[in-house]
Amino acid sequence: MVAVASREIRDGDLVFVGMRLPILAYAVARNAHAPNARGLFEVGLMRDQPASEFLGTMGDPPNVTGALWATRMSNVMALMAQGRVDLGFIGGAEVDRFGNLNTSYIGEPSRPKVKLPGSGGGADIAILSRRWVTLMSHERRRLVERVSFITSPGYGDGTPGWRKRNGLLGGGPVAIITTLGVLRFSEGGGEAHLASVHPGHTVADVRANTGWDLKVADDVSETSAPTDAELAASRRFDPEGFWTGPSARSGGTSP
Amino acid sequence: MAQAIQRFVPDGASVAMGTALEPLIPFAAGHELIRQRRRDLALVGPISDALFDQLIGAGCVRRVTAAWVGNVSEGLGHCYRRACEQGIPAPLEVHDHSNFSVSLALWAAAWQVPSLPTSSLLGSDILRTNPNLVAADGLVHVQAVRPDIAIVHVQRADEHGRAHAWGPLGITEEAGLAADGVIVSCEDLVDSSVTLSDPNRILFPETKVVAVVHEPGGAHPSPVQGHFKRDHAFYRDYAEQSRSVAGFEAWLSRWVFDVPDRASYMKEIDGEAIRITHHQFSAPADFGDT
Repeated sequence: MVAVASREIRDGDLVFVGMRLPILAYAVARNAHAPNARGLFEVGLMRDQPASEFLGTMGDPPNVTGALWATRMSNVMALMAQGRVDLGFIGGAEVDRFGNLNTSYIGEPSRPKVKLPGSGGGADIAILSRRWVTLMSHERRRLVERVSFITSPGYGDGTPGWRKRNGLLGGGPVAIITTLGVLRFSEGGGEAHLASVHPGHTVADVRANTGWDLKVADDVSETSAPTDAELAASRRFDPEGFWTGPSARSGGTSP
Repeated sequence: MAQAIQRFVPDGASVAMGTALEPLIPFAAGHELIRQRRRDLALVGPISDALFDQLIGAGCVRRVTAAWVGNVSEGLGHCYRRACEQGIPAPLEVHDHSNFSVSLALWAAAWQVPSLPTSSLLGSDILRTNPNLVAADGLVHVQAVRPDIAIVHVQRADEHGRAHAWGPLGITEEAGLAADGVIVSCEDLVDSSVTLSDPNRILFPETKVVAVVHEPGGAHPSPVQGHFKRDHAFYRDYAEQSRSVAGFEAWLSRWVFDVPDRASYMKEIDGEAIRITHHQFSAPADFGDT
């Protein structure tokens, strides 16, 4: 997942990194194909080099030492509002076929079945960054037909032009990267389709674990396995498997 | 700290805390609020890594105005969940925000305007559940949020309330400007010659600051640049123990009610494991004028 996510980062991108796996994905990309990317963190930081030590949060001291900019959050949000953030990462508890994310409430908000932590910067990234990606554990309960609460909007009700009609400035989600494969959106948005399946899994597996009748691209492929460089970078920045090990904390939501 | 909380944070107060996001969270102040059994607080903050969860679980809170409430490295906030889902220990009013909108709500209060517009949050259902976010004319108008008090932890401050913090600041400046008053807790209490040597680094006008508390370790388990790393294991243990009401109460006894103050608390943790020992000082700025 980390290697696949890192490939979404293009060289020269300004990336709104966030927390957890995207921090690793950013580190992998910088060490592989995107040596000129820069990372922004909503706590109020910009960096080029990934932090030299493990990070539990974006505000940990190793992420501050060597920063290109340490500032207030509203300054970082200003860059995003100006359309200067090329790519954002957002975590979520639930995503639907139109790329909308729920990190707020399962069930009725006034008496929820599950109260999730909330948006954090997720809604801001979803609305203002030029394109964004979400990472998710691939389970039927997480990839649902329609989320009951849109915290971070993707393509809304899926009708053409929904984002523009509602005044959303950024382009919207381009991929849902899961533990089983990669779902992508066509130009202009709408509904997600299966673009590639990770090694060891099948299209049938993926469809069976998706909560809607998932469309499959005509040219669906196998996701390329992580390269040695990608694996080495991932291990270097997560030596104890805190984010990537068997009991990793990858399924929750982060601020 | 006990005096500052006693004097400046009454029951029912609205309190901004955790404004630098993950670092510099004023846990010592939060624990003192719990020890003094404050009730009906309205908490304001961006993401509140575990501190809001503890205050909610301890029954101190009536309303939360925040973008995110949980445990950043571990995930869900169990006390927050119990309060919202089951009304345990008490029902909780939630005003959902995004990080950007909670910042704008405080800037609006700081600038004494009713609201500030943004193009964020368009298309989000947060607009349905928070009456203080109003969509009109293609923008979202974020209503001002004015805390009674902002509580911050910083690296150093002087007795006049001039606080120096460094590293990312999150929404600390707007919280201090918006609030009626600011309580500062600090790692180092320094002479004013130190703070005034770098006036650019002073966070708030000293006229806003109502109390300065010398409270080393007052942000533990959150990190303090140049002083302490983040204590990941402490956050993990809290997440595990707070899964049940009984576990949370045991945690609260151990780390809040059974310790009279932060100095005693710091004797109970393994401070050396998280103390930062490799210092990197910035170059001094020349304020010479003649």
